[in-house]
Amino acid sequence: MTDKTGTMLYLDGVSVAFDGFKAINNLSIIVHPAEMLAIIGPNGAGKTTMMDIITGKTRPDDGQVLFDGRTDLTKLDEAAIANLGIGRKFQKPTVFESHTVWDNIEMALKKPRGVFATLFYTADAADIARITEILETVRLIARKDDYAANLSHGQKQWLEIGMLLAQDPKLLLVDEPVAGMTDSETVETAKLLKDIAKTRSVVVVEHDMSFVRELGSRVTCLAEGSVLAEGSLDQVSANPVVIERYLGR
Amino acid sequence: MITQALFRALDKKAIWIVAILLAVAILVPASNLLLPTGHPLRLPNYVVPLFGKYLTYAMLALALDLVWGYCGILSLGHGAFFAIGGYAMGMYLMRQIGTRGVYANPILPDFMVFLNWKELPWYWYGMDNFWIAMIAVVVVPGLLAFVFGFLAFRSRVTGVYLSIITQAMTYALLLAFFRNDMGFGGNNGLTDFKDILGQSISAPGTRASLFAASAIALALAVLACSMVVNSKLGKVMVAVRDAESRTRFIGYRVEYVKLFAFVVSAIIAGIAGALYVPQVGIINPSEFDPANSIEVVIWTAVGGRGTIIGPIIGGILVNVGKSYFTGAFPEYWLFALGALFVVTTLFLPKGIVGLIGQYRAATTKREQHDRGDPTPKQVEAGVDPQPNPAE
Repeated sequence: MTDKTGTMLYLDGVSVAFDGFKAINNLSIIVHPAEMLAIIGPNGAGKTTMMDIITGKTRPDDGQVLFDGRTDLTKLDEAAIANLGIGRKFQKPTVFESHTVWDNIEMALKKPRGVFATLFYTADAADIARITEILETVRLIARKDDYAANLSHGQKQWLEIGMLLAQDPKLLLVDEPVAGMTDSETVETAKLLKDIAKTRSVVVVEHDMSFVRELGSRVTCLAEGSVLAEGSLDQVSANPVVIERYLGR
Repeated sequence: MITQALFRALDKKAIWIVAILLAVAILVPASNLLLPTGHPLRLPNYVVPLFGKYLTYAMLALALDLVWGYCGILSLGHGAFFAIGGYAMGMYLMRQIGTRGVYANPILPDFMVFLNWKELPWYWYGMDNFWIAMIAVVVVPGLLAFVFGFLAFRSRVTGVYLSIITQAMTYALLLAFFRNDMGFGGNNGLTDFKDILGQSISAPGTRASLFAASAIALALAVLACSMVVNSKLGKVMVAVRDAESRTRFIGYRVEYVKLFAFVVSAIIAGIAGALYVPQVGIINPSEFDPANSIEVVIWTAVGGRGTIIGPIIGGILVNVGKSYFTGAFPEYWLFALGALFVVTTLFLPKGIVGLIGQYRAATTKREQHDRGDPTPKQVEAGVDPQPNPAE
């Protein structure tokens, strides 16, 4: 279909079925470099499955998944895909609870991931500065020595975003980043993600419409595993099919 | 780079453990050898190899803790690595018997003469050399762990399934070593040792040296484990234990992290086995018994998983208890062991070391917040060490 070169993420005709149920059905999505795409859609639309396919957790039955216009993601495993530069934030915040906030970021920091490189790793001044900078960005610097288990839900979300930043990915997949956040935290998160999207590609899955409006990005509405509508939020939410199937009358 | 990693290994707790072990390595042999018989501080001869044996058990428990407590791999077959290390040492000791055996064959051990074997099997070559035997002690368990771990972890076998196949591995080895054709003495195993490094194996001096060697080996194992768990790799291991798939998504090859821990652990277990055999004087296939490996899990759980000191305390205390119990109430030992495991699971999820932590937390509530514990609550001492929040 469209030209693959110059895209950051390119999904074409992707399908996957679980026991005959088509979770993703002929899905095609394109994300350009330094672009933000918000994905909305009802529960079961295949949003999380789509992320699973991109990050190598699920193999598609059919279709093409390309990163950076050339790398075939369907052939790689999770670690290889992560090291290519795709970072993922999960729907349920998953941070390493028995580690400190600092150690969570340090583990995610873009560094050689080999066993022996990791065994003999010592943080140098640049690494410490980078971790400090990230913790300041996500406002957890005051809690750097606390165990991640002791953070509030919203703070865990932010820590996970911090871990994403530490990975220095080219493409961020962010699944419901503002679930369980207060209104002011939501506004801050939107600001942070918009800031990140200046230099990287960001795909955000979210149900919170006011948050999506805050992002002001291109919107794709998924339903039953394929694209229902695309465009700006106003265009998409004015689409009669979207109103029928997702937003409700 | 390596010096930094070593320096990190020497945190306060590790220094204490190493210092105590080195003091024990000097004081126990000194008390046994230098003080006159009847002196109140003199340790009797039988105590030295007995406690030497406990130290090798502690080392085995420490090895298990590295994979279970820190990396979430519940191996129910760690006794196999211990036994293989022991067999490698046993082969060396058999070759030292020489013409003093019943059949006085200078090359073939007695059981081979008895089986009418004419020459030494190839895998016995060179085992009369102490250093070649010591290489085998390290390499054979390490290699087995590497092959087994590579296949298991690459196929993403985790949780109870992994525990079951480790159990199957040790059981398969048990059956194999029972066979006379294997060339390891079959049912009787290897025994009747005479010399080690030219010294009589039952002489008090040799026993004391073996004790000291066990304490020093345990101290070195503490340093090695401490170096691993205090490194970034150690943090990644804990991350794998708590959230395996999340660790994959930040780009770590979980299978290699596990493989590294498993191989290091198997090597430590093998060395422990090699020190065990000359002190007890026998190695036979019963060491591969799955029940033995499960006992190691109990020692580790009782002492406290996910700590360096815990498995050492557990390995020594449970075995001291076992020695006492099997002497005083021989029929009830297994009941006591089972009860111990139930009590630990129900009331001491973090073991004896955790109990000290709980006590301290209760007395100084303010510190509770800062201290934290490396073992998360959701990991119970049961079958599923890997709850997977990323799924």
